[in-house]
Amino acid sequence: MSDTTAQAATKSRPWRQRIDLPVVTAFGCIVILLAIGSLYSPNFLSPEYLLQQLKVGAFLGVIATGMMLVILLGQIDLSVPWTVTLGAMMASAAVSWGPAGEVFAIPFGVLCGIAIGLVNGIGVAYLRIPSMIITLAVNAVAQGLMVAHTGGFAPQDSASAAMKVLAAQSTFGVPHAVLVWVVVGALAVFMLTRTTFGRAVYGIGNKEVAAYLSGVPTQRVVMIAFALCGGLAAFGGVLLAGYAGKAAQSMGDAYLLPAIAAVVLGGTSILGGRGSYLGTVAGVILITLLQSILSVMQIAEFGRQIIYGVVIIGMLLLYGRSAKVSS
Amino acid sequence: MKDWRFWFNEQRGTLLALAIFIVMFGFYVLNHPAGFTANVVQTAANKGVLLALVAMAQTFVVLTAGIDLSVGMVFILCNCLASYVIVGSPLMVAGGVLAVVLTGAVCGAVNAAIVILGRLQPIVATIASGAVFFGVALWLRPFPGSDPTFSSDLADALTGKVFGVIPASLIFLAATVVLIWIPFRRSVSGRTVYAVGSSEVAAFMSGMPIRRAKFLAYVLSGVFASFAGLYLTFFTYSGEASAANGNTYTLYSIAAVVLGGVSLFGGRGSAIGAIFGALAFRAIGDLLFVFEIDPLWQPLFQGLVLLVAVSVGSARLFQVRNRLDLFG
Repeated sequence: MSDTTAQAATKSRPWRQRIDLPVVTAFGCIVILLAIGSLYSPNFLSPEYLLQQLKVGAFLGVIATGMMLVILLGQIDLSVPWTVTLGAMMASAAVSWGPAGEVFAIPFGVLCGIAIGLVNGIGVAYLRIPSMIITLAVNAVAQGLMVAHTGGFAPQDSASAAMKVLAAQSTFGVPHAVLVWVVVGALAVFMLTRTTFGRAVYGIGNKEVAAYLSGVPTQRVVMIAFALCGGLAAFGGVLLAGYAGKAAQSMGDAYLLPAIAAVVLGGTSILGGRGSYLGTVAGVILITLLQSILSVMQIAEFGRQIIYGVVIIGMLLLYGRSAKVSS
Repeated sequence: MKDWRFWFNEQRGTLLALAIFIVMFGFYVLNHPAGFTANVVQTAANKGVLLALVAMAQTFVVLTAGIDLSVGMVFILCNCLASYVIVGSPLMVAGGVLAVVLTGAVCGAVNAAIVILGRLQPIVATIASGAVFFGVALWLRPFPGSDPTFSSDLADALTGKVFGVIPASLIFLAATVVLIWIPFRRSVSGRTVYAVGSSEVAAFMSGMPIRRAKFLAYVLSGVFASFAGLYLTFFTYSGEASAANGNTYTLYSIAAVVLGGVSLFGGRGSAIGAIFGALAFRAIGDLLFVFEIDPLWQPLFQGLVLLVAVSVGSARLFQVRNRLDLFG
């Protein structure tokens, strides 16, 4: 499928078919959620509240970007929780090495994440281990490394000034974290739609053997995609550490399932090959809003969990159903 | 090929898991200060039985080429419920056990309905349903605790030793294999589960009862998770809605299933292999203990052993003659 034919096909179809059903549904649900919230309190529609939600969502957005890359390949990355924590801890640890560490804190944290992602990628692409298992094992190794590094306690190192500026401050009322997400998102959209790498990712997700026979270096693409996912997860961790001031044990645990849910709610097929970044943005906002509204309404934790699960299943039943088995 | 070679080929994963377990457990016992005594075996069995049951639960779903990421949460939910209902006279305890097992079956049926009727991918569907099950568990037990009238007779009987030698938990495991797994494996539904895992389309074209088999697989998965929840209650005499615990068991169950020779692509492996996979996985932790490795480094070694164990399967790459087979 070349770029031009795809575009021509899109243009020749009537507008009704050009609309991406999952993306529209997800944005529709966001509007409904906001409407429900505004019935509860008019503050829900204030720009401050919405920007605050975007800021909270930005961390999930960065992590979900990496997860989306991997899911587009038809794989999954279960090592996200401890890659997030590892990124946060390594960046904070670099700060304690002195002035040079202060400067290199963010790149060092992201590089450590890329290293973790590379191990995943080599395992999936070259050793042909199912991604669900190898990333699970790598997650355990990353956890072991961090427990050995910190002694099992919350590390004393604090985030660098740059990390705090990036994650916690804002200019003219726009939180920097949101700007970071916009940059990451723009790069992701460019990569997915305008580069051969992006084409290859969609191709592999559809049928890896076909992509291989078409001359795509599938193994290298898969490895790089996993490395990017690891790097983005670690970057998310770096931002979280900047937001909270320091890293903490198992701070990434709360991000695995929301990241997968955000990508899938945005219409990306869990089997790979289909999905747009706009959908992931919608999914991230949807999940962030849902969590926020449930906590503002002071629903007890058990109720939040139940509603959270039911809403995800309900939305997926609207548009995430796979074809019926026949012949 | 002769019959025994077919049999061997089919059981290779299970036998490998058995071998790994024997080697690891052998090392453990040889280096244990107390040696091979009934108490050492009982402790090891009791540590392994929870993961073994959860891994069996996972096996049923994995055989259909699905995955159940809610299995740990069903386990936690049943633990919380059991801490309320295992009380009073033997008859009431029996009713309580039945209620817990039924709850597990209902959880499995809910998953089955979403996957079969809703046609959602099992991986996302069970992530979401797991959140719901955990919410219910949290509703039952907002704080860890137990009923003051908790009846510990059954608990002590099922976690102790029979005739002073054999751990009761191992007998329970063997009973589930003989009474549930083997009849299931030999039934039409069981065979269909394997067929669905190999190729759902082929199973459909052969007129096999796909829906019934998948439904049964998910329900049995819930039932085994409820057995594990009951056993956790028998060990701790209390219930705790711990999300960390649930997620750990879900992830470990996948690891145990893979170590036990069950293919994540479906259609290959057995629950017996999963049991040995789970026991072998537990033995890794025990080995680190007897070799007196600093507890701080234990998670790292456990992770590395797991990493090496899952990489063993890629030895088949040396047999690949055509590069296209890589993508199979």
